[in-house]
Amino acid sequence: MDRSKGEVWIFAEQEDGVLSDVALELLGKGRELADKLGVPLAAVLLGSGVEGLAAKLFEYGADKVHLVDDPKLAHYQNLSYRETMIELIREVQPQICVYGATFLGRDLAPSVASALRCGLTADCTELTIGDYTDPATKEEFKNLLMQCRPAFGGNIIATIVNPRNWPQMATAREGVMKMLDPAPGRTGEIVRHAAKCLETLELPVEVLEVVRAAKSVNLKGARVIVAGGAGVGSKENFKLLHELAEALGGTVGGTRAAVDLGYCEHERQIGQTGVTVRPALYIACGISGAVQHLAGMQESQKIIAINTDKEAPIFAVAHYGIVGDLAAVLPKMIKAVKAKAL
Amino acid sequence: MGYNCVVCIKQVPDTGKVTGDAMKADGTINRAALPAIFNPEDQNALEAALKVRDQHGGTVTVITMGLPSACAILREALMCGADKAYLVTDRRAAASDTLATSYILAQAVKMLKPDLVFCGRQAIDGDTAQTGPQIAEKLGATLVTYLEGLEIKDGYAYATRNIGTGTEKVKAKLPALFTVMEKCGELRPFEVRRAMKYKKARAPMELSKETAEADYAALKAKGLDIGQWSLDDIACDLTRCGKAGSPTLVNKIVNVVLSGGEFQEYQPTDEDVGRLVGSLIADHTIG
Repeated sequence: MDRSKGEVWIFAEQEDGVLSDVALELLGKGRELADKLGVPLAAVLLGSGVEGLAAKLFEYGADKVHLVDDPKLAHYQNLSYRETMIELIREVQPQICVYGATFLGRDLAPSVASALRCGLTADCTELTIGDYTDPATKEEFKNLLMQCRPAFGGNIIATIVNPRNWPQMATAREGVMKMLDPAPGRTGEIVRHAAKCLETLELPVEVLEVVRAAKSVNLKGARVIVAGGAGVGSKENFKLLHELAEALGGTVGGTRAAVDLGYCEHERQIGQTGVTVRPALYIACGISGAVQHLAGMQESQKIIAINTDKEAPIFAVAHYGIVGDLAAVLPKMIKAVKAKAL
Repeated sequence: MGYNCVVCIKQVPDTGKVTGDAMKADGTINRAALPAIFNPEDQNALEAALKVRDQHGGTVTVITMGLPSACAILREALMCGADKAYLVTDRRAAASDTLATSYILAQAVKMLKPDLVFCGRQAIDGDTAQTGPQIAEKLGATLVTYLEGLEIKDGYAYATRNIGTGTEKVKAKLPALFTVMEKCGELRPFEVRRAMKYKKARAPMELSKETAEADYAALKAKGLDIGQWSLDDIACDLTRCGKAGSPTLVNKIVNVVLSGGEFQEYQPTDEDVGRLVGSLIADHTIG
């Protein structure tokens, strides 16, 4: 088979019969990639009694849904999902397969890549199609998946390619890719597969209990985010951010550094390895602006940066800047907001 | 009965202390420019293994892959209670991506025939969280990711794992591989006596060439030998190691050029802050 004709796949993660947002977001990006390549965009839907979800996948951009509906797939576990994905990929031979970098996706994707001996790039912030020449062999490759991720060090974006071992696989965090507006009534083809591997598979894991925790922080849905970095200086100072957020009806977020320093909880982390947000207003307090953080917030509509270092990179993406000490500026801002009585 | 536990650990550049020369021109990390530490979640992984040994007996063996300088974290692990340490070191392993790395580590782990394998969830220098699941696949071990608590009973692992939207309790068949999160507990501190003893532990490549053989034999007699494996020692297929075994290639590295829209600076004064808040209300950003 001519592998350049292979489909573009996205893994349609669902839990208890509800599709994850990231699956719909990946369809948005997948649509772009498939159109550029002139191949179908397919969603891979695994589960038990989940056929009804296909309609939504079509509305958000899928041309096809590869469906494996089997009681053994009712609850996610690595082995059953992994073996099913491997069987499907070997059978249909997609050229690209993208997963959400969720807890589930980060469990599944690497083990599929391991078995297929193909590459996998984690936490991509952009995916495009482009050409590549191997500098060693001068061999040219057309229309590869360019997998961009901010890399270690903070000031660079690395583009990764997998020219030889297909499918080309990548993961992207929730919120990074933009979902398309649904097209009501848009439909496509459901391709049902019976995964042969499941017939004889003995599951090595028994799920005894699932406890869902109520989500206490909703960064993605917040209109206003007040976020702090290492420059906030202490957990005590972080209270000022909470106070401002409360006055604005917003939510508090933090950089990875702030989380590592214990200033705020992990679920508040914004950036490449945290949540990606696009609020109406983002107030960056004591954040220098490492690329990994910017990747998670730079599409905010309005960005205010408050930092003592006027050279901090955060000012380059900000719309408003205040060079000054947070401990002095934030109380003034809280006072001003309260005075205007929002 | 006791369990044989293997813990895969990694020495990582301390990404909290990044400086300008942290990257080389080819896009790989200039490890020499940063202090090297015992990857935080790998410390939690070692603690999880030590707890199993506390309760059930058995052994805890640590493995790392890297340059001989990575022996520093093997010594730390020995000081904290690990029974035995191995360094996998080989020039031909350089430039391995996660797929090749997991192959090499899986080959090393297989030598020890463990019941339980522990890895940190992810390393702070790449955050990919891929190596653990990939080792499990290659070993054919049950994969249990995001471990927060563990009990071993009647030959099964009863594990609590984080699933993002909550937690899940599972019963898993052995052999199993766990990727461990911070919640499993902070690594216990050094025991002073062990620290005094194991600071002298060395791998052959750390010894001066002329006397290496005799020195290593002397270390071995005192139980201070760090095992050392080349790719041949662990029966690696060289086409699956290093650059040859790595499907991912770095195409290009670009410096990020930051650009925003119009930028307005305000002074940290009551008047200016008030004006800023006023303009945000005026354009309906807030309020």
